[in-house]
Formats: sequence, C-alpha cells, structure tokens
Amino acid sequence: MQLSREEVRHIAQLARLSLTDEEEALYQEQLSAILEHFEQLQALNTKDIPPTATALPVRNVMREDEVEQAHEREDLLANAPDEEDGCFKVPAVLD
Amino acid sequence: MTLNQLTVSEASQKLESGAVSAVDLTEAVLERIESVDGQVGAYLKLAPEDALDQAREADSRRAAGEDGALLGIPLAIKDVLCTKDLRTTCGSRILETFVPPFDATVVGRLKEAGAVVLGKTNTDEFAMGSSTENSAFGPTRNPWDTDRVPGGSSGGSAAAVAADECIAALGTDTGGSVRQPASLCGVVGLKPTYGRVSRYGLIAYASSLDQAGVLTKSVADAAILLGTIAGHDPRDSTSLKAPVPDYAAALTGEIDGMRVGVPQEYFVDGMDPQVEEAVRKAIDQLAELGAEIHEIELPHTEYALPVYYLVAPAEASANLARYDGVRYGIREEVDGLLEMYTATRGRGFGPEVKRRIMLGTYALSAGYYDAYYLKAQKVRTLIKADFDAAFGQVDVIAAPTSPTTAFRIGERTDDPLQMYLSDVFTLSMNLAGNCGLSLPCGFDEAGLPIGLQLMGPTLGEPTVFRVAHAYEQATDWHTRRPAL
Repeated sequence: MQLSREEVRHIAQLARLSLTDEEEALYQEQLSAILEHFEQLQALNTKDIPPTATALPVRNVMREDEVEQAHEREDLLANAPDEEDGCFKVPAVLD
Repeated sequence: MTLNQLTVSEASQKLESGAVSAVDLTEAVLERIESVDGQVGAYLKLAPEDALDQAREADSRRAAGEDGALLGIPLAIKDVLCTKDLRTTCGSRILETFVPPFDATVVGRLKEAGAVVLGKTNTDEFAMGSSTENSAFGPTRNPWDTDRVPGGSSGGSAAAVAADECIAALGTDTGGSVRQPASLCGVVGLKPTYGRVSRYGLIAYASSLDQAGVLTKSVADAAILLGTIAGHDPRDSTSLKAPVPDYAAALTGEIDGMRVGVPQEYFVDGMDPQVEEAVRKAIDQLAELGAEIHEIELPHTEYALPVYYLVAPAEASANLARYDGVRYGIREEVDGLLEMYTATRGRGFGPEVKRRIMLGTYALSAGYYDAYYLKAQKVRTLIKADFDAAFGQVDVIAAPTSPTTAFRIGERTDDPLQMYLSDVFTLSMNLAGNCGLSLPCGFDEAGLPIGLQLMGPTLGEPTVFRVAHAYEQATDWHTRRPAL
C-alpha cells in the first residue's frame, strides 16, 4: 500500500495537522510501510463475522436527567488560552 | 531495609503499629527521589509540600482511630490521570499548561482512602509508545540499566516502583502499557478487566481499550490497590456494576488443580531465548505447585498487532480532536481559526502522536473504512472468541509479557513497526477486554528482569491474583533490587 504525497497532505488536512515537508516525506514512507504490513488482515475471511466495537456486554446506559453542579465556570476557563466575558475566545472567523 | 523500600502491606503494618508515621514514610520516599531521580527521570512533576500535608492529614486520621491499608501510603500517579490542582500533561507539549479542576475517579478514591500523592510520572505522549521515549519532556531510564528504556507507556510509574521512589503507583494500559513496563522493570503490573475501573479523568487515548492499572512491589499490593480503585462510577457509563470482591481473600497460596493454559502462539521465532526459558521454567514451577498445564491455541494472535494499530489510532484520531487550542493547553498565535487549529496541533503534538492520528484518520476516511477499520473490528471479534474458547478450558493463561528484556534507549525509535512489536504479547488482552498481570520470573544474563504474564477471563482478577501470589511466594525474584 503506497501512499502518495497528495494523500498524506489530504489526511493531514482532515486531521487538522500542519506538517513540514520533512514530516510529509517521513509519514509517507512510514505509513506506507505500516499499511503494507497490515495487508495480512485481508487474507482472513471475515464474511459473516460481526464487528466488535467494545468488549463489554453493556450497550445504552440510562439514568434520570437530574441537574447538578459539576464544575465552576471559572475553574473550567482557567485553562483556556484566551477568554472573554466567561466564554472561550477564538481568533476571528469572519473579517 | 529503608522505609521507601517497603511494600504497601509492610508499610501499612508499620503505620498501624505506630512504628512509623505517614510523614516519616513520605519523607523517606521524597529523599530517595531526591537522590536517584536525576538518574532515572521517573517523575515529571513532584508535589512534596502537598504530599507532606496529605501525610500529616493521614497521621491525624489514624490518630483519630481510622484504619486502612492505604492510609498514609505514598503513591505515584501516571501523568495521564487527572489530579486536581496538579499539572497533568500526558507527556505532551500541547497540555504543558493544563491544571485539571478535578481528580480522576481512581485518584479521588485513593485520596479518600488516605493515600499520599507524591507527584506525576513520565509517560509516552498520550500513552502512545512502548519505551517512554515519546515523552515531550525526555525519556525515563530503566533503574536496572540506565542506558535502557523502562518500557512504556507507564515507564515512569514502573521505574518509580522499581527504584523505590514510591511505595506503589498507578498506570494506564491500552495495549500493554502497565504490563510491559512492569516486565521490563521487574515489578508487578495489573491491567484490570475493561470496565472494572472507572475511566473518568483518565485522559482518553483509545476509549474501547483504555483501563487504569496498578504497578506494585508485590501481588498482595496489587490486590489492595485494585480493591480501592475498582467499582462502578456513575461518571463512566462503561464501568461495570459487578460488586468488587475481597481480592485479598484470593491470596490463598493454594493452586492445586488450577488449570493453566499455555498458548503456543506466544512462543515464537524471534523472541529472546532467555525470556522463553525463564517463562517455561515459571510454568514448570506452577506445575510443581499443583497446577495442571494445558497446551491451548489462540489462533488469531498474529492478527492482534494490525487490529490494535488500526482500532487504537482510529479511536485516538477522534479523541485527540479536542486539542484545538481553545479550551485548554497551548495555542499557537496565528491569524485565522483553521490556521490556529492546524498550527497548534502541528507543533503541540510529537511525532508518534501525529503518526497515530494520521493512521487513524486514514483508516476511518471515505473509501478505506471498510478495508481497514471495519475489517479490524471484525478480526477483533475473532480474537475475543479465541479467548472465550480458551477460558472454557482453563482458568488462567500463562505466557511471556514481552518478547525481549529492556532494549537500549534509541534502539527502536527510527522504526515504528519494530517498536510496535514490543507489545505483541499484551495487545490481545485489551482487544478482548480481559484482565492480565505481569510479575517477575527471572533475569537475563545482563541482569535485566523478565516478566511472566498471567491472563484471566472477564472479571477473573481473583484467579489471576491467586496464581500470581502462589508463584511469587515460591520464588524470590520480586525481592531483588537494582543497584542505583
């Protein structure tokens, strides 16, 4: 499985990662080698096998919807790189 | 023997008899950290003042008549578990500034039991790695040979226990991250059954595989710690409601008639012959203690590595989307929102984290989902079915924890696949959701520890503890200490 440089750029864009040229080249080579190795899975017949997303028998877990105070707004904002008027502040989206 | 070398059980007896105070114990451990952590690098952040405050509090609680196996016991916490008001970085630049406003449930339960939190231990960034070399803050060194890795990702916790820089520690295990470093550092490491322990406040890597675990100097200590951290938590819907048994009651020393399975797929070409020999001897010893040894098959073992390295990165690519420079962590100041996201993530994450995010994003992307992610989930079903069938025939499975002893720092960093192979014997347990424990079973010619892995069925921790404890009592590997 050989990834092209274009594909590496596309994946990085989907993942919201800015990569240097060196990183693109390195990941192109390494991800290709890793995916090549993983081709062995294709040899296994899984036609009627259901997928497993979790090892647990539990599925939906229901509870009463009760309001409680979990955290103080001030405490949660304390870790934010930028805030204003009790909200998280981000760079301008529109000019 | 100095106080910092004590096990939880030993220290607890001394506290109960009044022979020592929690402050004495904590001071002894802090002195040890002061003298050897420059060589080992187990800790990312120490909280000596807070630790001494907690020790004084534990002493007052005891003076007021309270008792408890962890009251006043100094512990180390892997830096992937949130600690209120104590910086938690996951070994990543992107969380360099993060101070959690709450405790992970496991940390909260230890604090309620009166345990003393010493500080936070080093980890591969976001627990992604097998050597602790992927930490943004530098590697941890193996106390048995400081030119070698301690394993990972809970390498800081494993090294801290091995070097007596704590009495015991918490780690997390997504693909072997408690058991493999326990093996490489010569300590006991337990990954509980998925759902046995709350994941609330465990900073997510791969949510269907992550589980907090314990690193200790004895099997009895692992039983004490698990008994404290286990149990249902309303804040984690995947935590099981099953009652928590008295794990100490399982330590009978008696394994007569216990059925131990030995999977041929765990003794493969390319593994270190000294590891194989030590593990085979340990299995012989279990037979001498009265266990019945059965050859078993886990036929899909060879597929665990690709399945894990598709499922875990896929989950990671979604979980790590939250690090966007908005709510916590660092932000790269550039113009534009999208540019801020990509710059923050591009510079904040290290090479292995970016590699896994890329791999996971690819496996989930349009056109490749069926071939990679869905295929991996189907093979995961087969791997789990192998274990279900095996545990129909045997009570516990014995195998090596790691195919080799501790490797040299830098030896595997250029080849991600070679590094991934370090986890080849531990990944399956996380995929199947069962429990597994590593304990010391010998040393190679270079004096490096070798680990025996005991795997149990879902909620089979009492059986695993029973077999591990019986083996430990019959051997003295766990009493050896590195010369630092």
